[in-house]
Amino acid sequence: MELLSGADLLIRSLEEEGVEQIFGYPGGSVLHIYDALFRHKTIEHFLVRHEQAAAHMADGYARVTGKVGVVLATSGPGATNTITGIATAYMDSIPMVILSGQVPGHLIGEDAFQETDMLGVSRPIVKHSFAVRCADQIPEIIKKAFYIANTGRKGPVLIDLPKNVTNPADLFEYKKPGKVSMRSYNPVSRGHSGQIKKAVEAILKAKRPIIYSGGGVVQGNSSDLLNQLVKKLGCPITSTLMGLGSYPCDDEQFVGMLGMHGTYEANMTMHHSDLILAIGARFDDRVTNNTEKFCPDATIIHIDIDPTSISKTIVADIPIVGAVDQVLGDMVSQLNLLKESVDSEALSAWWERINEWRAKDCLKYDPAGSSKMKPQQVVEMLSKVTNGDAIVTTDVGQHQMFAAQYYKFKRSRQFITSGGLGTMGFGLPSAMGVQVACPGETVVCVTGEGSIQMNIQELSTCLQYRLPVKIININNQALGMVKQWQDMQYDKRHSHSYMESLPDFVKLVEAYGHVGMRVDHFSDLEAAMEECFALKDRLVFMDIYVDPNEHVYPMSIAGGAMNDMILSKTERT
Amino acid sequence: MRRIISILMENEPGALSRIVGLFSQRGYNIDTLTVAPTDDETLSRLTLTTRGDERKIEQITKQLNKLIEVAKLVDLSEGAHIERELLLIKLKATGAQRAEIKRTVDIFRGQIIDVTPSLYTVQLVGDSSKLDAFVDSVGEGAVLEVVRSGVSGIGRGDKVLAL
Ligand SMILES: Cc1ncc(C[n+]2csc(CCOP(=O)(O)OP(=O)(O)O)c2C)c(N)n1
Ligand SMILES: [Mg+2]
Repeated sequence: MELLSGADLLIRSLEEEGVEQIFGYPGGSVLHIYDALFRHKTIEHFLVRHEQAAAHMADGYARVTGKVGVVLATSGPGATNTITGIATAYMDSIPMVILSGQVPGHLIGEDAFQETDMLGVSRPIVKHSFAVRCADQIPEIIKKAFYIANTGRKGPVLIDLPKNVTNPADLFEYKKPGKVSMRSYNPVSRGHSGQIKKAVEAILKAKRPIIYSGGGVVQGNSSDLLNQLVKKLGCPITSTLMGLGSYPCDDEQFVGMLGMHGTYEANMTMHHSDLILAIGARFDDRVTNNTEKFCPDATIIHIDIDPTSISKTIVADIPIVGAVDQVLGDMVSQLNLLKESVDSEALSAWWERINEWRAKDCLKYDPAGSSKMKPQQVVEMLSKVTNGDAIVTTDVGQHQMFAAQYYKFKRSRQFITSGGLGTMGFGLPSAMGVQVACPGETVVCVTGEGSIQMNIQELSTCLQYRLPVKIININNQALGMVKQWQDMQYDKRHSHSYMESLPDFVKLVEAYGHVGMRVDHFSDLEAAMEECFALKDRLVFMDIYVDPNEHVYPMSIAGGAMNDMILSKTERT
Repeated sequence: MRRIISILMENEPGALSRIVGLFSQRGYNIDTLTVAPTDDETLSRLTLTTRGDERKIEQITKQLNKLIEVAKLVDLSEGAHIERELLLIKLKATGAQRAEIKRTVDIFRGQIIDVTPSLYTVQLVGDSSKLDAFVDSVGEGAVLEVVRSGVSGIGRGDKVLAL
């Protein structure tokens, strides 16, 4: 019989789940666990400098691998520091398990030192949570937590661990839990075959179809099936921010990202379509604009694993609740069996219209309009120098949108960004989590001088673990996205959107033991980037000064339909 | 439209707060709420009434179903059902009013369950509209304290909500 303490049971259970790396920060209530980590040596722990970063690291790790990211934080402030990271993961359906320390059971409810009701605080931003009452529950709770986090619509699961349950003096028999079966949790997996058949019929009848694909394709590892379907149908495909990469950006059939900062052709194609096949996307307000005016002629087929996503904002004509990979698989095989094919005449007429919209070249910008380098040039150069192969994480703001618009992604899990919550401070720690998971890959964090300062302390973690992340700081000396809205809606009153007294980033990163570079002129950019990426085993921070007055376009006009867009400082649809 | 949603859920600490939290978080209303363990002690039965249009109710039931601890759920108002609510009410009962109150209680088939020289405590069971009607008929001036249990409900006929 194997007798283990609660802390050892915990480590043992994590090993059983195949956990190799976790991200955390110690403190009183988790010291038994840290001691067990030290003794077992089976799980590599990454010590961050702020618990928010541990959550984002675990998140980045999960996004790039598809595995559950694991966070360990102490009770009270340690746990509350993870909240933004948990909310970020929740909004983007990222599988994560958060182990949060708690004061000993007998002190709970007494406002004990470093006591926070983490179950209560986190309740609206977790998929589920558990409170451990006795150590012998640990193996089963861990098993369930991983199962819940990484099945159905994925998401973060929090486990509250009072200090007494990890006490090394209390020993319990380790019993390996069997397969998880929960009478109240049965995530749907198979889409209804009748609905799939109906969808295929509608698709074949359509004259102006478009595929609108989202993060669910990434989560469901369905990129190959999506590519087969798009090729089979010959129709246009657009992607949400979260779905970028599932379909190659440089392919003819890809009309670009849709939504608030989507391409003119993607939004026009959506608006004028007669059929939208939505796959793992949720008709978010950043996509639809005014739902009342949304795509008036379109029949909507909506595939999603989460029934609550269907008909929430836009009513689906043919709803299909199911795992994206299975539903797409069935669709492709049905299409392969059928004699009928798409209406090719209608489709070529449709492509003609789309190509007219495309000819507008909505992402062109005027590089000579200012003596300053343009932020778009930076991303285009990045795409070129890395050959479109890097894994790119971003922070939030204009630079995020430029990264989405101008980097030529080729595959799923290559673009990692906080879409739902829009969390500044996500970029660097998520890139670190990605680098931990993929040591040999080129990992780039595209950020702004505002966002990077929200978790800049992690440069220290990067040194400790030799994480050679490349940071591309698109420095427009402003909270650019805020300033853009103020330019457009507040008559240029720049209320608190300037980043005054910026640090000398080069000196700063050097102080952290890394390489810093500053670039002011476009003529120096390519050589500097080549130099940056040649330093394979070093973290390099490129501080790139760009035009502070650039805006992100296209931009949808608030309250309008998808075809209502501002195209430049002087042009609207 | 008013709906009665009846839920079988795991009888675990935290389950109730997740359900209540869902309503406030997503801006749905709860008009009444009752909850108690069932014959199977691992399960609780929760009944709540809410209102909203078709789409809102659909979202509410889907969101509730998504909660890990919700095992089964039915919108009782979709079919034939029985709904009951318990009212405990303290009424001023002096002078001529005393007999009048007694008569009203009898008409509504309530029971006087506690008596003092100046008041009656009355118990009444029925659907919510019957309780409303009773409170209206005794008149605001007589009412000292009102306790309502919230709605409980069960489907009519062969339909059973069980695991
Ligand atoms: C934590 C957090 N606080 C505030 C915001 C609101 N916000 C969105 S973009 C932005 C400006 C970002 O500035 P910067 O990182 O320099 O990027 P830029 O837009 O200049 O490229 C702000 C403040 C946010 N998204 N996240
Ligand atoms: Mg900026």
